Amino acid sequence: MSEIAERLKSIIRPENQVYKKSSVLNDVTMHYCPGCSHGVVHKLIADVIEELGIQDQTIGVSPVGCAVFAYNYIDIDWSEAAHGRAPAVATGIKRIMPEKTVFTYQGDGDLAAIGTAETMHAVNRGENIVMIFINNAIYGMTGGQMAPTTLLGQVTSTTPYGRNVDLNGYPLKITELIAQLPGAAYVTRQSVHTAGAVRKARKAIKKAFELSQKNIGTCFVEVVSTCNSGWKMTPVESNDWMVKQMFPLFPLGDLKDGGKEATEPFQMKG
Amino acid sequence: MAKVIGAVVVDAEVCKGCNLCVVSCPTQTLGLNRDVNSKGYHYSYMENPESCIGCSNCSSVCPDSCITVYRLKVE
Ligand SMILES: Cc1ncc(C[n+]2csc(CCOP(=O)(O)OP(=O)(O)O)c2C)c(N)n1
Ligand code: SF4
Ligand code: SF4
Ligand code: SF4
Ligand SMILES: [Mg+2]
Repeated sequence: MSEIAERLKSIIRPENQVYKKSSVLNDVTMHYCPGCSHGVVHKLIADVIEELGIQDQTIGVSPVGCAVFAYNYIDIDWSEAAHGRAPAVATGIKRIMPEKTVFTYQGDGDLAAIGTAETMHAVNRGENIVMIFINNAIYGMTGGQMAPTTLLGQVTSTTPYGRNVDLNGYPLKITELIAQLPGAAYVTRQSVHTAGAVRKARKAIKKAFELSQKNIGTCFVEVVSTCNSGWKMTPVESNDWMVKQMFPLFPLGDLKDGGKEATEPFQMKG
Repeated sequence: MAKVIGAVVVDAEVCKGCNLCVVSCPTQTLGLNRDVNSKGYHYSYMENPESCIGCSNCSSVCPDSCITVYRLKVE
């Protein structure tokens, strides 16, 4: 045996294993394009569910968008909602089964366009759910149309000359709006483009799942993401573009941390 | 001084050759193979196996969870 093969044999042993695919992920190849951020976020959610030991107690609600098949990949109970309605479906599930950990997984078209009303009202009611928001600044699934989060000047199939503010309005910073709502418990913005960012995003998702078990309001995790197919770049170029172009408008970090607002008991008279 | 050595095993059939692991590796261990898997992707592999330190950067950024990482301290 060659020296290198000998060396590898001494390292590749069960006792030296430091990372392996989560057991909460099914053994199927995901349909996402090579390098798509959705896969990284799926992995983090599965890792967190495994670490918290809540595989049997967690219910996900998948969106319409590229992540519509999330239920094939993470081995928990799921419901699939109509486009944008995941927060409403999650509300119903959580209210009927308050002991469960319930989360939605939604893209920017789903959460910040067709589902804006459901999103805002679920958080404003302080529903005790987690919302995972994949902001890739485009409608990935349908062929790269402009989303509310598309940047000014960004070329998409429906803004071939770049998003124009007079024609298309401003990019929607919906996470900033969410953070204003009294029902929000924890609101954070993360990304998954480097190992360091992945570590932080994992911590944030874990915190959101843990807080949601305390029933103190809605936990909202935006992940600034890439859609290399929609953006027409390689995965590596997409990460660079995201850092340069998206981060200035969508800066990473916590926007709210502390639980929904307390209220004084209301009295009609006096 | 104790030194850390590592190795990764890539599931070549699941890999989509996205290159994200390659650029995330601090020791230039990984590369995309000239060969392709059954889906036609140039899968990731250890081009320089002796430089791996088992840091798990590659497995954290991999969207398809196809990298298993091993790490060992040697005197
Ligand atoms: C009621 C309804 N309207 C429109 C569509 C078409 N449609 C499917 S996915 C999608 C947008 C997906 O974008 P996003 O939520 O950002 O997800 P991504 O694919 O980018 O992850 C649209 C408009 C639909 N399926 N249903
Ligand atoms: S179209 Fe975009 S969001 Fe959809 S799988 Fe491909 S890269 Fe991911
Ligand atoms: S474990 Fe670290 S050093 Fe080894 S291949 Fe992966 S990124 Fe490179
Ligand atoms: S990150 Fe994963 S899918 Fe992409 S090339 Fe590396 S091993 Fe393959
Ligand atoms: Mg999108």
